[in-house]
Amino acid sequence: MNITYNLPAIGTQLVLGAGVILVLLADLLTGKKNRDVAYQTTLTVLVLAGIICVMKWGSAGAGFGGQVFGDGFASFFNLAFLAIAFLVVFNSPNYLKRNEIDHGEYYMLILIAVLGMTFMSSAGDLLIFFLGLETMSISLYVLAGFHKSRARSNESSLKYLLLGAFFTGFLLYGIALIYGQVGSTNLADITSYLAGSANPLGGYMGVGLALLLVGLLFKMAVVPFHFWSPDVYDGAPTPVTAFMSAAPKAAAFAAALRIFYDPAISLGLPWDKTLWIAAALTITLGNFAALAQSSIKRMLAYSSITHAGYLMIGLAAGNELGASGMLYYLFTYGFMNVGAFTIAWLVNRRGEGNYLLSDFAQLGSRNPVMALLMSIFMLSLTGIPPLAGFFGKLYVFSAGVKAGLIWLVVIAVLNSVVSVFYYLRVMVIMYMREEEGLKDLEKAPTVAITAILCGLVILLLGLFPGPLLDLARESVLSLL
Amino acid sequence: MHHETITTTHSALLWLIPAFPFLGMLINGLLGKKQSPGAAGILASGAMFLSFIVSAVVFFQLLGMHAEERSLTQTLYTWMHVGDFSANISFLIDPLSAVMILVVTGVGFLIHVYSIGYMKGDPGVVRYFTQLNLFAFFMLLLVMADNYLLMFVGWEGVGLCSYLLIGFWWDDMDKAIAGKKAFIVNRIGDFGFLLAMFLIFVAFGSLDFETVFARATGMPYGSGVVTAITLLLFLGACGKSAQLPLYVWLPDAMAGPTPVSALIHAATMVTAGVYMVARSNILYTLAPVSMAVVAGIGAATAIFAATIGLAQFDIKKVLAYSTVSQLGYMFLACGVGAFGAGIFHLMTHAFFKALLFMGSGSIIHAMHHYMEKTGSHDDPQDMRNMGGLRKHMPKTYWTFLLATLAIAGIPGFSGFFSKDEILWKAFSSGNIAVWVIGAIAAGLTAFYMFRLVYMTFFGEFKPAQSGEHPHESPSVMTVPLMILAVLSIIGGWVGIPHVLGGGNHIEHWFHPVFAGSEHISTLHQGHGIHSSGIEMTVMIVSVLIALAGIGIAYLFYIKKTDIPGKIVSAIGPLHKLVYNKYFVDEIYEAGVVTPIEKTSDFFLWRFFDVKIVDGMVNGAATVVDFIAGHLRKVQTGFVQNYALIMGAAVLVIVLVFVW
Amino acid sequence: MNFGPIFLFLIAAGGVVFVALFLNRMLAPRKPNPEKLSTYECGEEAVGSPWIRFNTRFYVIALIFLVFDVEVLFLFPWAVNLKSLGMFAWIEMAVFIIILSVGLAYVWAKRDLEWIKPDSDEIQAALRQSSQTITDK
Repeated sequence: MNITYNLPAIGTQLVLGAGVILVLLADLLTGKKNRDVAYQTTLTVLVLAGIICVMKWGSAGAGFGGQVFGDGFASFFNLAFLAIAFLVVFNSPNYLKRNEIDHGEYYMLILIAVLGMTFMSSAGDLLIFFLGLETMSISLYVLAGFHKSRARSNESSLKYLLLGAFFTGFLLYGIALIYGQVGSTNLADITSYLAGSANPLGGYMGVGLALLLVGLLFKMAVVPFHFWSPDVYDGAPTPVTAFMSAAPKAAAFAAALRIFYDPAISLGLPWDKTLWIAAALTITLGNFAALAQSSIKRMLAYSSITHAGYLMIGLAAGNELGASGMLYYLFTYGFMNVGAFTIAWLVNRRGEGNYLLSDFAQLGSRNPVMALLMSIFMLSLTGIPPLAGFFGKLYVFSAGVKAGLIWLVVIAVLNSVVSVFYYLRVMVIMYMREEEGLKDLEKAPTVAITAILCGLVILLLGLFPGPLLDLARESVLSLL
Repeated sequence: MHHETITTTHSALLWLIPAFPFLGMLINGLLGKKQSPGAAGILASGAMFLSFIVSAVVFFQLLGMHAEERSLTQTLYTWMHVGDFSANISFLIDPLSAVMILVVTGVGFLIHVYSIGYMKGDPGVVRYFTQLNLFAFFMLLLVMADNYLLMFVGWEGVGLCSYLLIGFWWDDMDKAIAGKKAFIVNRIGDFGFLLAMFLIFVAFGSLDFETVFARATGMPYGSGVVTAITLLLFLGACGKSAQLPLYVWLPDAMAGPTPVSALIHAATMVTAGVYMVARSNILYTLAPVSMAVVAGIGAATAIFAATIGLAQFDIKKVLAYSTVSQLGYMFLACGVGAFGAGIFHLMTHAFFKALLFMGSGSIIHAMHHYMEKTGSHDDPQDMRNMGGLRKHMPKTYWTFLLATLAIAGIPGFSGFFSKDEILWKAFSSGNIAVWVIGAIAAGLTAFYMFRLVYMTFFGEFKPAQSGEHPHESPSVMTVPLMILAVLSIIGGWVGIPHVLGGGNHIEHWFHPVFAGSEHISTLHQGHGIHSSGIEMTVMIVSVLIALAGIGIAYLFYIKKTDIPGKIVSAIGPLHKLVYNKYFVDEIYEAGVVTPIEKTSDFFLWRFFDVKIVDGMVNGAATVVDFIAGHLRKVQTGFVQNYALIMGAAVLVIVLVFVW
Repeated sequence: MNFGPIFLFLIAAGGVVFVALFLNRMLAPRKPNPEKLSTYECGEEAVGSPWIRFNTRFYVIALIFLVFDVEVLFLFPWAVNLKSLGMFAWIEMAVFIIILSVGLAYVWAKRDLEWIKPDSDEIQAALRQSSQTITDK
């Protein structure tokens, strides 16, 4: 047996894995008195992992006999996961303390979820991908139910677990069938099998690939596999929701790109009948459902479904512009979403589950900075230039047009016209609605810093999208 | 054929033009409640003034250059590049955009000053000036952009500001809905613009004006792609510039403060569509089908809106429909290939229509104070409550009259030259039908504008009560009126046609911008009519039509005031049709809103258990009331149901793959 | 393949079971009573409605058991091939066992190995107090 281990290829994962144990032990030793040690250790671990990720950017190559890749693509996504996790963790103590769920396991679980994601983005083998997916999912199931004493949180967790297990079954069965046909779970082997086969979908392969796709679509919360997500997002603690609606989705897209972004594979698959329709449905349904929401949390949940739909266009386009557009989109979307959720729970005054839009009334005069930031997030989610959200859409849609998916792009553009309505409503409420009996916002420096950071990133990546887009392109090129 | 390579000169000044209003916005916005209302107005106006000064400097710089070299650019930085495609944050000032920035900053400055008086005492003054400055910033981006992408940034930005400013007095539900309607209709237009951008990007591989137009000249005449691009762009223009069938938002937009109507809904933003079409003149000229559509929609809008204007009693509504009609004129001009004439009319229209709006604002201001004093609850905007204001508000009256003469097309006034240029170009290019419609619309315009003047300023002040009467507005409001009045007279003198012994300087000024498309159109359509005799005749006919309109108005509203009543009763149903604006809003309601409501109810609600609240696309009749009155389905369903549907979907996908 | 040894092994295994049962039957004293004759089921009633409340402690213990059970499952193939896998595999397994030990430490520290686990710190504090009062008496 001759395996090249190449540990640098999983440098980020090693740091995270060691970090999980460290946080766990640190919390066991100090947690009785306070959570500060666990909190600070987690942030340090995330930063360290980020440093390793940047230092080894794209240079690590394949490891463990091609089962993991430390290429630019993996580095790009890993950095995105780490950034999102950092922002979420950074302002979590405030929320956890306020809701009396300040347990050290929270930090450990987030780290484990990130660890799973990093394996998904760097997997060169379906089994590694599957392990990563399960590592991520199981800790998310627990995180969704982290509000132990709250029924909605429990409901959220249970629904996620049941449906997640259901689809894990499909996914694993798909992998088994592919293995049965190809005789390997290695992505390179599968690609060369498909490229060399006259009837790529023959045998067990068609069913296998379909089930694999379905498993991914479930994690992306794409219609009609989205049913779990509004309920789960709504019931989960808000920082967890912010995390869940950005990072795991990105991880699922990363895995999808790794597996399917290869002309040898994507050309032979019936994308026009599956991804096309799923994307159109996702965008439209997510949008129209978001319109009807009076809770900002649910609105953002549906909005994240819509955005997954936009991203699907990039996947369906299957060209370089689409893939790099998706990378850009996912990276910036994380910041918009975390920012919006962060402000949402700061503003919310009636407790979990009642994130009423009307809570935002007069935020413009109560707290102009937060209102301005929220406006930036909303406008960016709408896709108004010159904010980062616009460019994500521009690239992905352009890629769609380039690939000949004109009608899909038309549907998407029409829908983003509709989406203005509910994003802008938040702004209208903030600046123009009068409401009695609103309390002043509680002082929460970490929350303010997070929101400002997110706002700045979105603004800067909108004004100077070049470097990030170049990086995204290089990352996509490193895939092949 | 070759595209004329325009030598461009770098200018380091250009960025200052949008920077001043942006700075003003930033300071006022960040100070917020700490800013004093007086200082906010002065700061905002000062920013506009500085911006105007720079614009003037740039203009003279341009004037000092050779005609063919009149092009100033400044690239701030490369915004982004995807493969071989790149877009810059860079500005382009050529004769076309130079005129636009002068109008935006000049008229904008006057309106800012006027607003100081008009908005005095309003609790939201600081917010008002912040948004007004932000609007100016985006408008300048729009006209100064050297590529479609940056133009789109401005395009979206002005739409956003317009939305915020229309809904400025948010406590009033109607106004809130008007703002929403404006924004949503505009988004339909933006949809066209966005798709057009994708097509341009795919077809030409660039969004830079220079590159796109240079590559476009290589396309065949009447090419399908170019036709599609131009039609989609025109959809955008229709939304922004309130053309049929997307004009519905503009009359409702009058809910905003009157200076906003003057700035955004008369002088600048609504003309952005015309500017965009003129900017893309090469593309349009290459697509004769699109040209016909532009001319047709323009002419139809011009006459359609003018007839609605005949029967309105709200002073601002008359002006709003008049604006829609005049914008139709500008598109008519573009559609017959007279881009220069269209922009010329845009400029003169900015002067006199801004003046008309501000004059009406002055009247409403005075009426409002009068109503407050006497405790009356009549509508201060209804002309039937006015009359005889000439005596009480002489400055407003005289300036208003001058603007009315300009819009009616009386020789010597600015509107005459620009309107005549358009009509002559329509006639000489062989579009006789368009000319006839344009001429009739001109007559209608003269009629309803003088009807407005007679009803407001002449006769007796209707509610005359115990010696109380409205008072003239303060000079911070009347001085801008006077300046605009002067411009309404002399503004057209730059375009006196050769047949009247003038030099038609404006046509020469615009020549380098439109030379390319003139070349294409002569190549494919030959030369038009050139005869000073015919030109004189056409001109005299249009003047006579205008005079007839004024004469009839005089007869109806001064001499024999019982005639309108008789006519109304004689043509009852027709009048009702016109008075109710052809029931367009109601048709939209029935044709668009209701079907969407139905679909939501039966389709989405049933299948996906999601409660869609009625009517979300057309804001006209919908108040989205999510909580009250509806028992919201808290739960979207059971896990079993989810699993069942998803399982079925899995089966479908597997079948698709195996098939 | 030569299945001979496996066959022999099967016979031997069967034989051992048989001999053990036989010897047991022969040597053990037999004094049956109803309690002894009932089926043994981890201390729970074996007969009755299945819809009764189980103590959740069972699940926790079962989970902990499963974790270490699976650990052993991994250890077997590793142990068989250790020579050919070399040092790296040894370190890997060491890391694996350390991770599991941390898990064990966590479970221990959280008192999940105790059958009766007070739910929160408050209850624990209350318990401590009550035991204090008992000793005080």
